[in-house]
Amino acid sequence: MTSSVLRLDDTLKGYVLTVQEFAQLCAAAFAGAFRRPWYLRDTLYHMDRIGVGSLFIVLLTGIFTGMVLALQGAIQLEPYGAVQYISRLISTSVVRELGPVLAALMIAGRVGSGIASELASMQVTEQIDALRAEGTDPIKKLVTPRLVASVIMVPVLTVITNGIALLGGFVIAHFYLSIDPYFYWTWAFEALRLHDLIYGLIKPIVFGFIICMVGCYAGLNTAGGTVGVGQSTTQAMVTSSILILMTDFFMTKVFVFLG
Amino acid sequence: MIRFTNVCMMFHGRPVLKDFTMEVPSGHTVVILGGSGGGKTTVLRLILGLLRPDSGSIRVDGREIVGLPERNMVAIRAHMAMVFQGSALFDSLTVRENVGYRLYEEQALPDDAIERKIVESLCFVGLEDTLEKMPAELSGGMRKRVAIARALACSPEVILYDEPTAGLDPINTHLINELICRLQKEECLTQVVVTHDLDTAYRVADRLIMIHRGEKLFDGTLDMLKTADDPRIRTFLRPHEILATPGCFPDKDGGIRVVAPTMDEETPA
Repeated sequence: MTSSVLRLDDTLKGYVLTVQEFAQLCAAAFAGAFRRPWYLRDTLYHMDRIGVGSLFIVLLTGIFTGMVLALQGAIQLEPYGAVQYISRLISTSVVRELGPVLAALMIAGRVGSGIASELASMQVTEQIDALRAEGTDPIKKLVTPRLVASVIMVPVLTVITNGIALLGGFVIAHFYLSIDPYFYWTWAFEALRLHDLIYGLIKPIVFGFIICMVGCYAGLNTAGGTVGVGQSTTQAMVTSSILILMTDFFMTKVFVFLG
Repeated sequence: MIRFTNVCMMFHGRPVLKDFTMEVPSGHTVVILGGSGGGKTTVLRLILGLLRPDSGSIRVDGREIVGLPERNMVAIRAHMAMVFQGSALFDSLTVRENVGYRLYEEQALPDDAIERKIVESLCFVGLEDTLEKMPAELSGGMRKRVAIARALACSPEVILYDEPTAGLDPINTHLINELICRLQKEECLTQVVVTHDLDTAYRVADRLIMIHRGEKLFDGTLDMLKTADDPRIRTFLRPHEILATPGCFPDKDGGIRVVAPTMDEETPA
């Protein structure tokens, strides 16, 4: 009985410690963005890797999401004779929810796990210690440029995903459901309000932060050689995906409340 | 001058250093000997401030570094360099960028001066033709030598070596040993070499310290080490002689366990 209580105590302390370390890493990475040296070249390099490197997968995600929404939406709207309003359904669901979430999940799979495995490899080969020995702050050098790049590029990729999803929906709406292009695009934009666009941009900023910081935390806390690298990569992918879905729910709740 | 006084350190409830005291005078090469897992690398990491001890005092050039915030450690580390066991070259950078890393970061010198320093350091280790190579293109011995060049490029006063010859062939081992000796003679650097390679220890040491399971067993010159009575030191230095004796086995403390022969094994009279 006593040993079970002690084990539970240790487990809870472990969780609290993890949250504390994660918060400290986030604070240090954020503060690093406002202190010299800036590592602009590293930031641009990571913006290219995250942004241009993820373009293809978000294009595919966007186009197929839009096409599927058009097909499924048409089935639901047909009994009410409202198929011509399909673009309203596509634009609101994509801009508010599907674009940010699906793009973030795809980027988490590609970028988050990449960040975790790269930093984990550096950790197990003592490169992080070498950085400290050379007088460099590893958080400032490795985490802050990735954080800045991620927070900038994930919203950009989300906007692209949204645009491509609308285009994918248009392809099905026009060529399969015979909806007039003018009608499609007019209703697509009519349905959107300013706060939809603002909320649709706040979400990917938060998701970009989660993807980067979870990947960095997992990578920097790697132990146990190559096995540890694999575990960190998996942990980063799973944790960031779950956190994206959870924070999406809570953000949506807040945005609905705000109106 | 580096001074450890009664330093204790635990990892996951296991003591790694017990009441460890040592002194490394300026301009000397001190070798820390010992078996794997004995706490040798921990000593180097403590000097650099990569680890914090549980208790005790560590002074570098008279300045206490225990409890010093990370940002203040940067000034202490500016006078030191470390050659890591696996070289720890940055994978994504060329040899030039690796060697000149600290100089590029500090931006205290113009680019042509940095370039000159990089080439000088690489010439010292005999690898001036590898400037544009990536670490993955180098052999283990070359990586170690580039790591030494990286350490040299920032003109440190102290160089710490973690197993500098581990896993190298005899020729590369000889080259690294010679480099360490030359650095002491020509540059008069303070060097701390952690190794379990006796050839390296005998070749480069001014003084030797032997650590066993976190405890200091020995501190003295090479001649004193060779004549030491402690069975654990004798076993470490001459395992082939000691352990070849019938009935002698290494015990869990690194000493010798003598087992009396059973009746069956006794030679008939």
